[in-house]
Amino acid sequence: MSERTVTPPAPPPRPPGPGQRVEREFTIKERSQARLVVTRFLRHRLAVASLLGLILIALTSFVGIRFAHSYLLTDQPGSIKPRLSNPFGTDDIGRDYFARVLRGAQQSIKVALIVALLATGIGAPYGAISGFLGGRVDAIMMRICDVLLTLPLLVVAGALAGGSRGTILTVALILGLLGWVVNARLVRGVVLSLREQEFIEAARALGGGTLRIVFRHLLPNAAGAIIVQATLDIATAILAEAALSFLGLGVQSPDTSLGLLVNEARPAVETRPWLFYFPGLMIIAIALCVNFVGDGLRDALDPRQTRQRQ
Amino acid sequence: MFAYTIRRLLTSIPILAVASFIVFWLVSISADPVQEKYGARNPPVPKAVFDTEYRRLGLKDGFFEQYWNWLKGLVVHGDFGPSINQTTHINAEISGRLGTTLRLIFIAMLVALILAVATGVFSAIRQYSKMDYTLTFVGFLFLSMPTFWIAVLLKDAAVRYNEATGTTTFFTLGEKTPGVELHGWALVTDIAGHMALPTASLALITYAAWSRFQRASMLEVLNSDYIRLARAKGLPWRKVLVKHALRTALIPMVTVSALTIAALIGGAVITETVYQWNGMGKFLINSIVIRDRNAILAWLMLAGFFVVVGNLVADLLYAVLDPRIRYE
Repeated sequence: MSERTVTPPAPPPRPPGPGQRVEREFTIKERSQARLVVTRFLRHRLAVASLLGLILIALTSFVGIRFAHSYLLTDQPGSIKPRLSNPFGTDDIGRDYFARVLRGAQQSIKVALIVALLATGIGAPYGAISGFLGGRVDAIMMRICDVLLTLPLLVVAGALAGGSRGTILTVALILGLLGWVVNARLVRGVVLSLREQEFIEAARALGGGTLRIVFRHLLPNAAGAIIVQATLDIATAILAEAALSFLGLGVQSPDTSLGLLVNEARPAVETRPWLFYFPGLMIIAIALCVNFVGDGLRDALDPRQTRQRQ
Repeated sequence: MFAYTIRRLLTSIPILAVASFIVFWLVSISADPVQEKYGARNPPVPKAVFDTEYRRLGLKDGFFEQYWNWLKGLVVHGDFGPSINQTTHINAEISGRLGTTLRLIFIAMLVALILAVATGVFSAIRQYSKMDYTLTFVGFLFLSMPTFWIAVLLKDAAVRYNEATGTTTFFTLGEKTPGVELHGWALVTDIAGHMALPTASLALITYAAWSRFQRASMLEVLNSDYIRLARAKGLPWRKVLVKHALRTALIPMVTVSALTIAALIGGAVITETVYQWNGMGKFLINSIVIRDRNAILAWLMLAGFFVVVGNLVADLLYAVLDPRIRYE
């Protein structure tokens, strides 16, 4: 049986008379597309749990950090093990590690959101226009993507960010401005099949221009794929920022990020393992939650990909 | 097929050329290497030194002239240009290091492919079994794990093991034992020993995404009519799986893995950094730190070249696996 839910046809509109309520034993209510998506998403328990986890992490790192110790000021005379007042211990100059990890998580989330917004904002219209126009324009636009795809994102971003003495914003901008190609190719693929459908033909017959068709008809109909890809972008961006900071090419001290924390903890991995494990586990927790949410969204938004039981 | 290969190689030349221009532009606006090197010195470096350095590196010319000269040097003489460090010779550095890194990437890719196909196919055959859920979860876990973290973790575990047993079962530093001239079999085992952990780190990170694709493509094939037909006409299940399903299910993997080559190169840089290899990764990081423009350019051009070659190989493999595709 397929898990696909078929929207029941809406009942014919029956205007109720004044003061009279329509009471029927079996009422069929039309379910909106959004409601269907939410229902399908809620069925994916792991995804829901991950979403809650993400919200918790975001709240703690943006709001809860105000109630924690300072992430910049020395709290203890030296590095101490995790205990009640410093749940993640303190780092080598005695700064509260819980606050530093939270600050790192904050940075990761900021980068991820900026990158996802940029990559989607550039990539989706680019891919849609390319796929919709087709022909020579499409060929040229896709060759540009090919060129960018030959360059390893992490290396180019490192080369650029390393030169700019990066703040979190530069790292995010570089990753976003280089990383939209995947989104563009994906959206183009979806649009290639959409543009052959009748509603696009109708829009064109009614005199809709390219931009109108792209933004009003094609992109909303490709929303599922776009959203799923955006969550994947978030996970990728978090890992990329962490990697850059780990290599010393991203966020610079005294500010911090999860990758930088792991890098600083590298020599201490045997003697003070908490310095290594907590930021690493935080990265994994965020990325894992994002990936599960993405998986749930994919199942919810794209019923074609829903698993079919035999 | 031969003509197709030649044609593909020719079409990748403009792609590489445009890529070189973009990279040249990005790197040249990102920082001024001479200023970085001498600008903040105390006592200040005389202006004459700046002039000599700018002239030696060819930075006095206009942007397009710089690019043209650089491209000419690369295409005509195969020369990546002078390094900001007078004692460093970029071509020599690269030729000494490239093999080390390519070895790592290639073997890691191979291991990752085998892992991905094995776990993906297994998950698909036993869909919704406990094993499927476990493998899927493990896949997601590795998908969400930073390369550097798993590399440090493995390294730490190996160091602990070595200390606990008082042996050197695992090599955790460098790409080979330094200061010893090894030949023949001893050299091979030494290199293999040093490769084990970095390869494992890189392969584990890489296989995760691939196994998801393999599972999906295998499921799609297993649900198709021709598999049902093969079963219906009485072929043994094992034969159906290996001969009919697997061959078809492998085709998308070729594309997916080719698209990941660029990411693998990035992963190799990180892995090499953790295991302190003397490979291309260290060269890149050093070059970025001192803003060595030509070295960074050389690195990116080589990376681009290998990505293009990888994509070509993937396209050719595609034809081998899928008899419907014929390149004329």
